[in-house]
Amino acid sequence: MRDATTCDVAIIGGGIVGCMIARELSRYRLKVVLVEKEAEVGFGTTKTNSGIIHPGHHTTLDTLKGRLVVKGNQLYDTLQAELGFGFRRIGELVVARTEEEVGVLREMEELAHQKGVPVEMWDQARLRREEPNLSRELIAALFAPTAGVINPYELAFATIESAVLNGVELWVDALVTAIDPVDGGLRVTTRDGELTAHTVVNAAGVFSDRVAAMVGADTFRILPRKGEEYMLDGRLKGLVRRLVFPVPNKVSKGTLIIPTYDGTIMVGPTAIDTDDRHDVSTSPEGARQIFDLVRGLCPSISERDTISEFAGLRAASDTGDFIIGRTAVPGFYNAAGIQSPGLTAAPAIALYLIQQMGEDGLALVEKERWEPQVEHPVRFAQRSVEEQRALVEADPAHGRVVCRCELVTEAEVRAAIAHGARTVDGVKFRTRTGMGRCQGGFCTTRVMELLQEELDIPFHSLTKRGGGSWMVTPMGEEA
Amino acid sequence: MFGRMNRRYDTVVVGGGPAGMGAALGALDAGAGKVLVLERDGEAGGILNQCIHAGFGLQYFREELTGPEYAERFLAQVIDRDIDVMPSSYVTGLAVDSEGTKQVRVLNERAGLASIEAASVVLAMGCRERTRGSIRIPGTRPAGVLTAGLAQKLVNQKGYLPGKRVAILGSGDIGLIMARRLTLEGAEVVGVFELMPYSNGLNRNVVQCLDDYDIPMHLSTTVVEIHGRDRLEAITVAPVDAHLQPQLDKARKVPCDTLLLSIGLIPDNELARQIGIQLDPVTGGPVVSSTLETSLPGVFACGNVLHVHDVVDYVTAESLRAGGFAGEWSREIRRPKDSIQLVPGNNVRYCVPHTLSPDREHTVFMRVKQRVEPARLRVGGLMEKTLRFVIPAEMISLKIQPEMLDRFHGDRLTIDIDPA
Ligand SMILES: Cc1cc2nc3c(=O)[nH]c(=O)nc-3n(C[C@H](O)[C@H](O)[C@H](O)COP(=O)(O)OP(=O)(O)OC[C@H]3O[C@@H](n4cnc5c(N)ncnc54)[C@H](O)[C@@H]3O)c2cc1C
Ligand SMILES: Cc1cc2nc3c(=O)[nH]c(=O)nc-3n(C[C@H](O)[C@H](O)[C@H](O)COP(=O)(O)OP(=O)(O)OC[C@H]3O[C@@H](n4cnc5c(N)ncnc54)[C@H](O)[C@@H]3O)c2cc1C
Repeated sequence: MRDATTCDVAIIGGGIVGCMIARELSRYRLKVVLVEKEAEVGFGTTKTNSGIIHPGHHTTLDTLKGRLVVKGNQLYDTLQAELGFGFRRIGELVVARTEEEVGVLREMEELAHQKGVPVEMWDQARLRREEPNLSRELIAALFAPTAGVINPYELAFATIESAVLNGVELWVDALVTAIDPVDGGLRVTTRDGELTAHTVVNAAGVFSDRVAAMVGADTFRILPRKGEEYMLDGRLKGLVRRLVFPVPNKVSKGTLIIPTYDGTIMVGPTAIDTDDRHDVSTSPEGARQIFDLVRGLCPSISERDTISEFAGLRAASDTGDFIIGRTAVPGFYNAAGIQSPGLTAAPAIALYLIQQMGEDGLALVEKERWEPQVEHPVRFAQRSVEEQRALVEADPAHGRVVCRCELVTEAEVRAAIAHGARTVDGVKFRTRTGMGRCQGGFCTTRVMELLQEELDIPFHSLTKRGGGSWMVTPMGEEA
Repeated sequence: MFGRMNRRYDTVVVGGGPAGMGAALGALDAGAGKVLVLERDGEAGGILNQCIHAGFGLQYFREELTGPEYAERFLAQVIDRDIDVMPSSYVTGLAVDSEGTKQVRVLNERAGLASIEAASVVLAMGCRERTRGSIRIPGTRPAGVLTAGLAQKLVNQKGYLPGKRVAILGSGDIGLIMARRLTLEGAEVVGVFELMPYSNGLNRNVVQCLDDYDIPMHLSTTVVEIHGRDRLEAITVAPVDAHLQPQLDKARKVPCDTLLLSIGLIPDNELARQIGIQLDPVTGGPVVSSTLETSLPGVFACGNVLHVHDVVDYVTAESLRAGGFAGEWSREIRRPKDSIQLVPGNNVRYCVPHTLSPDREHTVFMRVKQRVEPARLRVGGLMEKTLRFVIPAEMISLKIQPEMLDRFHGDRLTIDIDPA
């Protein structure tokens, strides 16, 4: 338990939205605390999505999300230069099968022009030349070069690291259970201690309506919408080089082919409403829907190529839009209902919200020194042979391979732990250990040994991702 | 070791499991001068190091050894005969220069990223286990779902239990062995669930690891859903129909905190794939000639990287042969090209090697698709043999004599295994 403390701003929720707000606030002379219920940041919806930085021409300008997405997209180049997460603008194709669908592409093209999103119409010949493995039945495509793919968890880890480096305090394993108005602000009660804040930001994702209800600011409801995703075998790397969407309609529901930042092809997501805010299960129907649709786009993709699957929950709100800004409760702000394209919009959401907080009187005085850079993690596998040689020479721990499928070295794992990983998944999402073909069959014990050594905690108290996700139990105990 | 490391060898072996050690000895026997074994782990031995149960070497040493003991006997010979063994050395790539010399790229903490030259190379990288993803079990993704081999490592090498109430999916040998081991260590094994109507493990393991401990095996049953948020809480199992489709109306929930997957092994062939060596989609290993040479001249393969073996004695026999041919190759001895293609016929899933030559005796390993009891094995019109029974889990080893092939004038020889 931590000692009770006070701060200027408390942010509830360490998803990408909370992390971005924390980092933006760290520019100013404010005491900021971010509280997160999980063992690490980014373990909510932020690590279970399609990882696309959308260009912004799928949504109209009359919604907040439609406006913030374009701005968010533009902020990503600077962010990447500063934070060093995996991000590449590989471009996106919306592909049409019929003349009627080509009509829809033209409408999207028009919307793109309105929003200042660069696009290009491709005919069939161009499409076949650029993406020879797509279905021969596709007749045209709308290409948007500013679409990108990202490793969203790396983004969250680097963003919080940067925030902490600039003075933000991070509380993990700190579920918020109550918020009460008190003298001088709002008292936030968490599983790990109490904190009184002048300003509280609700960035609690699918739980944001529950958090709002804690202060009686529940003017909206979250209607979680599940999306399943399927990762395909590394053998298929390169099959498709750009994001491939079918023309949006009732059936497609945003399902697409995603050549992820690391090259692995992923297909998904579905869009299924659910009442259960913990329901991140995958289902045979979900798989069927996705693969039926994807086969029509790229016939050589098969369900049998799946190496892993997961699901995430979109925090869709009953207003259908993002809910960002002040509430009837003084000092309480929402950054709630951040459904797709929330990852893309997150940097813009932070700026938009902080501007409002400033208008309301929060003192935004810049610090004399603010460090935008964090140390970029070394990805041994992505280096040239010459660079690899130099890395091993400088640090023999780069000569010890931990994960053989993804070629991750001991030095990388140790660095990940030094930069905040506390769980097996924390290491995995920072370094890719266990993400390859054997899914951790060979490296899990080694990763656990390194966590045990670096964190100096018993082997059996290590978890997969915090909470009750224990990995092993000592031998000889009563079963 | 690296300080005085040679940068040029006659034969380099990739992988220091039983296959790698056997190949190194075979190469030396065949006259290779300098032989090197590169092993990724801190010590040689491969999978054997985590198999502390007895059951190894019944055929080769005619006594029952544990895995580490079996490995130890080979390692002693390897060291005794001046074969260089380099542990903690991960082979990251393979290339062939214009003269046909192989360049093996290896990563080692002391030597950094080194390139080693070899006249011939033997691939002996073993296999990996199939995972949850490869059979697509729907549900949540809690802690507590792991492969049987990982569980074996946790128990035997780290001294921890993977859980307290364990279900096992698949009846592969590792799963069966772990059912016994976990029971002995105080965990409760609630049952083994097998999709097929027969066990995928060796019969002796079913008897010694399940029957003797009253652990039920549910045949024609599979896991259809995984439950639990942080840690596994239960699985839903369902019987399957004749087309292996689950009958969901007969599904039931089984509470457990651990699910071990023992659903098969896959040759670990990234290195081979990288350099474009032709692979057999059925075995998952390289296509090889009767000298166990891959489609890349001078590169040989043996052990679990070639095809998955069930007993290590066969691995040893095969690797001694592969090493022998690799040793010959380094002395520039070239065998005549194979003239006969082996074709898996009725009920034969695969045979290895893929081609034969009439000039010498061959050992052919094969597996069937379905259980037959009794069975008649026919090799073209050349020979016939009755077998008491055949099952997919047990590899069949067959000797083919040169005299027999002398009488054969075709270029495709089909092997059939039908009910007798
Ligand atoms: C399948 C799928 C695909 C998607 N694809 C894309 C895409 O390609 N591009 C895109 O831009 N967007 C995409 N999105 C949307 C995007 O992932 C989300 O908009 C974004 O991650 C939301 O971030 P967040 O910080 O609001 O939520 P979260 O990441 O869920 O963060 C909320 C955090 O609050 C914590 N929390 C909750 N309650 C409490 C409490 N009481 N106390 C303390 N902490 C609490 C949670 O543990 C969590 O860490 C996708 C979403 C899904 C589900
Ligand atoms: C869990 C398990 C239990 C078994 N139980 C029995 C039993 O009871 N009785 C029995 O007779 N047989 C048993 N077997 C079978 C037998 O042990 C195996 O068939 C045998 O170990 C295979 O030998 P191998 O050398 O081909 O592979 P492995 O033993 O897997 O050795 C391969 C080696 O190559 C190394 N390697 C891989 N890639 C690289 C690289 N790029 N660079 C350097 N090194 C690399 C690996 O680290 C490993 O040491 C069991 C097998 C398993 C998997």
